[in-house]
Amino acid sequence: MAIFLTKESKVIVQGMTGSEGQKHTRRMLASGTNIVGGVNPRKAGQTVDFDGTEVPVFGGVKDAIEATGADVTVIFVPEKFTKDAVIEAIDAEIPLAVVITEGVAVHDTATFWSYAGQKGNKTRIIGPNCPGLITPGQSNAGIIPADITKPGRIGLVSKSGTLTYQMMYELRDLGFSSCVGIGGDPIIGTTHIDALAAFEADPDTDLIVMIGEIGGDAEERAADFIKANVTKPVVGYVAGFTAPEGKTMGHAGAIVSGSSGTAQAKQEALEAAGVKVGKTPSETARLARELLAAD
Amino acid sequence: MDLFEYQARDLFAKHDVPVLAGEVIDTPEAAREATERLGGRAVVKAQVKTGGRGKAGGVKLAADPADAVEKARAILGMDIKGHTVHRVMLAQTADIVDEYYVSFLLDRTNRTFLAMASVEGGVEIEEVAVSNPEALAKVPVDAVEGVTEAKAREIVETAKFPAEIADQVVDVLQRLWTVFVEEDALLVEVNPLVKTGDGRIVALDGKVSLDANAEFRQPDHAALEDKAAANPLEAAAKERGLNYVKLDGGSVGIIGNGAGLVMSTLDVVAYAGEAHGGVKPANFLDIGGGASAEVMANGLEIILGDPEVTSVFVNVFGGITACDAVANGIVQALELLKSKGESVSKPLVVRLDGNNAELGRKILTDAAHPLVEQVDTMDGAAARAAELAAK
Repeated sequence: MAIFLTKESKVIVQGMTGSEGQKHTRRMLASGTNIVGGVNPRKAGQTVDFDGTEVPVFGGVKDAIEATGADVTVIFVPEKFTKDAVIEAIDAEIPLAVVITEGVAVHDTATFWSYAGQKGNKTRIIGPNCPGLITPGQSNAGIIPADITKPGRIGLVSKSGTLTYQMMYELRDLGFSSCVGIGGDPIIGTTHIDALAAFEADPDTDLIVMIGEIGGDAEERAADFIKANVTKPVVGYVAGFTAPEGKTMGHAGAIVSGSSGTAQAKQEALEAAGVKVGKTPSETARLARELLAAD
Repeated sequence: MDLFEYQARDLFAKHDVPVLAGEVIDTPEAAREATERLGGRAVVKAQVKTGGRGKAGGVKLAADPADAVEKARAILGMDIKGHTVHRVMLAQTADIVDEYYVSFLLDRTNRTFLAMASVEGGVEIEEVAVSNPEALAKVPVDAVEGVTEAKAREIVETAKFPAEIADQVVDVLQRLWTVFVEEDALLVEVNPLVKTGDGRIVALDGKVSLDANAEFRQPDHAALEDKAAANPLEAAAKERGLNYVKLDGGSVGIIGNGAGLVMSTLDVVAYAGEAHGGVKPANFLDIGGGASAEVMANGLEIILGDPEVTSVFVNVFGGITACDAVANGIVQALELLKSKGESVSKPLVVRLDGNNAELGRKILTDAAHPLVEQVDTMDGAAARAAELAAK
């Protein structure tokens, strides 16, 4: 099963003809993703060759869906065009839009998020500023390296790209059902809670690892959700205990403002919900191992 | 990016929000002519990016131009909660009848924008929120719909503004919303918004925070940055396009790839440092996914230039970038620094994991740089870096 993305997923890439888009389309194809097309209005009708695989370019998301039955789009367009690209995806009612682009203005994200709601939330948005998601052995939508780990029964949801990779690596011998990088911007589409709910419902996931970081209150709300709705074991990790107040730590949303958004508060909330929280990524992986072995 | 009051005032004026005339000066003598231009009297206000400046003595009324010079002299150089006053704003005096509060901000929890308004203005709004929460109206604002006249009226009614000024406040709210959207702000706050003796509504003091991610369409915003106040290492890093934050009191320089991994690295070093008399990380530096030799050299140069750093921890997980490329980057960076005549005398602990880690480790082993030491795990490497820093 897995969540959000399976081997049946038909993936298109908005911005496939740009340098980042090309590089990652090649990687996604190499890891077995069924890429059925790219989108670029100026290159509609052409094809792009990826090591022998010819991928057609369509003028718009709607055309691409009509021609290929695509149900996932991965968005690599530059930040100034991201809002329009996501709105196009929402208008085409594609079920999943994965927004990789970093540096999207908050007003743009707020706008496309609100627009998605007005259109009835037919499109699940992941990101922006995220590494995407992978269902090992089935499909890879985004930039997560496909060769770190194998299929398994751990579900992973994380605000951070490299911590996602680190955790996949620590637990590579056990493998993962799906790994979802939701991004560290102040406003994101899919949240920890959305992924937790999906993993809870997924028969192929036995344990969930949740990675958070300073800023906002998403982890606290996830803790409340876990307490009320999640029966599977959850292991947590929170980054940013040493982050000073008022400084943005790399991710636009990673900022402690006054006394809110601290790692300490997030850890306490998660622990109060029965989540085992590791002090380091390695300890978090060890806790996951112990819980899986005890199952 | 948080702005000074005078910068917020300029943005308000740009979008036709009613403000009082004002001038910014950085020497006491300049207060004389400025006050004359303002009509002979002025309020002298310290320009610092922190609250409570009134209580700290950073706002004074000057009765005439000579008095303004004295007041400016007293305030310039003052320390307010750790912020030195380098500039004061001289503002036209106002006959204040009533004080209110209005703001627009990002509501992360609900993934939308929020308007806040209160007729209890002029005081710390956090205090109102605690002592009299009902006096602080909170009205969600949809990003697509924005603040229409109807929405502005809803805010005014929810906050119970007096009827005789309702139309004026509705107008000011729409103009402030324009500031919020057109300037890509994360916060636009007016406190106090005042009613003057002649019945006008004026934004007397403002706070604005801008979205750094919107720089691509806000070419004017770079000029608003307070370069003088920036930490020199942070300024140098920014010039080279590096994502760097200086941390106080640390001695382990940190370089890593990816914001989350670097934040995690800081924490792991601080834990490991507990065993070595409280050794702490000296900085946050994310060199991103690319991690080319040039970026690595730039990063190392900044960190080695920090006199507080006594050891360096390079923590890289090879995802898209393979570790052999990172290892070559480190070797080339050290050569680059040497060729620039910079002596590298601080020990480097390197942890490479992930894509092509073995190849990367071999490159560093073969290079056999006397100051580079490899440790295979993140926790182990953090402990070693902390130990070396404590020596």
